[in-house]
Amino acid sequence: MEFYGYKRPDGSYGARNYTAIIPSVTCANDVACAIAHQVQGTVVYQHHQGCSQMPPDLERVTNTLISLGKSPNVGAILIVSLGCEGTDHERMYQELSATGKPVEIIHIQELGGVSNAIRVGTDLARKLVIAISGQQRVPADISHVIMSIKCGASDTTSGMASNCVIGYVADKLVDLGATVIFGETTEFLGGEHLLAKRAVNKQVADKIYEIVNAMETRAKSVGVDMRRGQPTPGNIAGGLSSIEEKSLGAIVKSGTRPIQGVLDYPDHVTTQKGLWIKDTPGREPEILTGMAATGAQFMCFSTGRGAPQGFPSMPVIKICGNPNTYEKMENDMDINAGLIITGEKTIEEVGEEVFAKIIRVLGGEMTKNESIQYFSAIDIHCLGPVI
Amino acid sequence: MEEKKMALKINDLDNVATIFANHITSGTEVEVRDKAGHSMTFRVIGDIPYGHKFALQPIAKGEPIIKYGEEIGIASRDIKKGEYVHVHNLDSMRGRGDLEKR
Repeated sequence: MEFYGYKRPDGSYGARNYTAIIPSVTCANDVACAIAHQVQGTVVYQHHQGCSQMPPDLERVTNTLISLGKSPNVGAILIVSLGCEGTDHERMYQELSATGKPVEIIHIQELGGVSNAIRVGTDLARKLVIAISGQQRVPADISHVIMSIKCGASDTTSGMASNCVIGYVADKLVDLGATVIFGETTEFLGGEHLLAKRAVNKQVADKIYEIVNAMETRAKSVGVDMRRGQPTPGNIAGGLSSIEEKSLGAIVKSGTRPIQGVLDYPDHVTTQKGLWIKDTPGREPEILTGMAATGAQFMCFSTGRGAPQGFPSMPVIKICGNPNTYEKMENDMDINAGLIITGEKTIEEVGEEVFAKIIRVLGGEMTKNESIQYFSAIDIHCLGPVI
Repeated sequence: MEEKKMALKINDLDNVATIFANHITSGTEVEVRDKAGHSMTFRVIGDIPYGHKFALQPIAKGEPIIKYGEEIGIASRDIKKGEYVHVHNLDSMRGRGDLEKR
């Protein structure tokens, strides 16, 4: 089985062919956005990190931004640096240049300020988009697919319909030799024993318990009941009474295949195949960034109450488990898995519908989220304080 | 045609079922189905919104509440058969920083 993608120098295949405008620090966002606004074919990552953070977080931000540039959906990169930030913008430039993709970097302070940086950056970005714009899609084996999965604005239909559909698709892609990544470590609480049983070995099982314990310890350190943070007020209004109930419904989307290992938040997939975990929180801006950094060409996103968010360089397919929500928010939902709840379709039928949509999206078809570009609120998950 | 008042029991071990119907008020009869296709009728206690749960059997305070065949929390008070189950009578046991020793 094949899809049509853009072949990258590292052997991966992209579903999109964007020039990424990457601010190396939040203080460079406005220049990066002005360039992206002006130049067709670009995307920009408006994050809020990169300075006055503890050194491990600065390393984490640098590595995540490098991984975003390595994404197969990115064909060229312009790094926008302020000049005095805590991230290592020179390492970003070196490591991204080593991928064989065209890369440029500008420094706002060196260029004498904002307006000149916008002018110079705009002209560089124009050269980059023109340089990659003629690249043609070629057939790629389905084993080159990296699918990320997530559920957001969940209710009790998520665990019984839309997450079951994603689980079906995850199993199918794993069996075809592809890579599937799931995260939301907070939503393992209460279900971690079921995931650990599916680990390929004891080290992986131990690692699953370790990341869950670390996430729960961070939450408990505040000294209050986690409810309202997780599950959210919307989850609770949707019938989810506890994080345990939310988790047991959430992990359904990982399907049934063995778990090969656990990736750190900034990690980029190279040779990993099969089902993997990425250690992320559940909130959209941070997990979507982490999943795009993984190198996922797209995301399957399950929702019950209706989460419309996407990511600039990673198409997000919205699968809605709640038939009432689908009716209200059809313009934002790609697939109606609510028909499983009403008994009109089976999990397998909707799963095949999603699979067909995936192949089309990989080949260039837009998702509803892409068509309205609702994806600017992104961020990088950090562990320490802003200082 | 009147809308079917339907609820699902996911696992044989479950002591709650999830309602997938609108306008369920106290005293409404609800049909609970399981995966094997069996069905049983329950009269619910409390107004229960779409996607919310009720007890399939009496659950004493301190006993686990089971869905997906797994524990989703503990009854924070005695719950009657048919009674609405949610945050008012179900306590989560995870992420409870408030229960940690200071």
